[in-house]
Amino acid sequence: MGEAIVITSGKGGVGKTTTSANVGTALALQGKRVCLVDTDIGLRNLDVVMGLENRIIYDLVDVVEGRCKIHQAVVKDKRFEDLLYLLPAAQTSDKTAVTPEQMKKLVDELKQDYDYIVIDCPAGIEQGYKNAVAGADKAIVVTTPEVSAVRDADRIIGLLEKEENVEAPKLIINRIRSHMMKNGDMLDVDEITAHLSIDLIGIVADDDEVIKASNHGEPIALNPNSKASVSYRNIARRILGEAVPLQPLDEENKGVFSKLKKFFGVK
Amino acid sequence: MKKNQNVTIKGTKDGLTLHLDDSCSYGELKKELDRKLSENSRSVEDRLLSVRVQVGNRYLTEEQQEELKELIRQKKNLIVESISSNVITKEEAEKQKEENEIVSVAKVIRSGQVLETAGDLLLIGDVNPGGTVMAGGNIFIMGALKGIAHAGCHGNNEAVVVASLMKPSQLRISNCINRAPDNDQDEEKREMECAYIDENDQITIDRLQVLMHLRPNITRLQGGS
Repeated sequence: MGEAIVITSGKGGVGKTTTSANVGTALALQGKRVCLVDTDIGLRNLDVVMGLENRIIYDLVDVVEGRCKIHQAVVKDKRFEDLLYLLPAAQTSDKTAVTPEQMKKLVDELKQDYDYIVIDCPAGIEQGYKNAVAGADKAIVVTTPEVSAVRDADRIIGLLEKEENVEAPKLIINRIRSHMMKNGDMLDVDEITAHLSIDLIGIVADDDEVIKASNHGEPIALNPNSKASVSYRNIARRILGEAVPLQPLDEENKGVFSKLKKFFGVK
Repeated sequence: MKKNQNVTIKGTKDGLTLHLDDSCSYGELKKELDRKLSENSRSVEDRLLSVRVQVGNRYLTEEQQEELKELIRQKKNLIVESISSNVITKEEAEKQKEENEIVSVAKVIRSGQVLETAGDLLLIGDVNPGGTVMAGGNIFIMGALKGIAHAGCHGNNEAVVVASLMKPSQLRISNCINRAPDNDQDEEKREMECAYIDENDQITIDRLQVLMHLRPNITRLQGGS
């Protein structure tokens, strides 16, 4: 019996889909059978980030409406031996095409076959969010060190706490620019964690490589040399219950800082 | 005249007090009251007399209270100041209890959440921006207040807001509203503070130690030293 983890944030554009893709990939790298589920019906893009767009034949709505079986709709990731799959969202319907009850049934069914179900939640707190959360056992809230993202994360945590089926959510702080954090121009990790008062499960630095990789349909987690990749792999290990210490920000500062400098060729 | 009077009138230095017996029927009581007052209204005075009505262990509904007030008011120079009774209904008792209670809550009030209590609120946790706490009485917050707090929300000007970290986006007490300055650059600590309505009907923030002088009623401990 697997475990379903919903990746959510409230606010759009903080990196839910990227996080879903990479956490899922990292879990598969750890040898787990993973199914990514895109619940952003009408605005799917997890398939694009994973580079699996061309292989989609059926989608989530087809499964829910009984036009096909689950195993026909899931797309296998060829980079892994039978470990990573994607259940894509429909692009032609909208969020109301599925009900929370149907989603719960679907996720329960997936849990029989996979170790981890990673559910990519759409932005907002409406129907799409409700669908995504319905079948989840655990939740990861993604935020960025911006006041608006933290505010929405706070709201979503409040809503998640009301869901009886979901354990206390964990936090990922994404797109950290350590130089800005150091100068006090950005909220720092401790501040955000204290404010939201939930457990931190990982921090991910802002890295141009992430965008590059996403555009190529290759999750960054596959590239062992990237800082962000290490962060995602650490998050996966923490999900599996390993006690991986957070990389101290100072060290990370240097690493990312010099990398950034190299990147922009400044100063 | 009956020996056992259902209505007795007593004059005190503050005015008249009407004692209404609680063992007779309401109808009887009304009749006798009417008669008694008609007798007495002979002594015509120009100034208005205020009357306090004591009804003992009788429960009067709102309508009955109005009826009695009306009855007494008809007698030229009498005005009912108050009607007091020894008994209240269970609902009223329940409400009074709620209003006098301190409700303790251990929770973080997050953006979009509203916590409301009838009496005083003791929150062990934070109020995050976008979150709201409301109380009919005082609000005591053991954590950080960064959202909205509304004390005395049913119109109690004496209510106060106390917080370990006072950084509210908005403070409301009774009908007064106060918001944080727009350019919130002050690096002041704002720890252990209280907010109350001062003499100018403005919400003022001060050290919480001032409350023992300003709002002595907050102390509920009887006796002691």
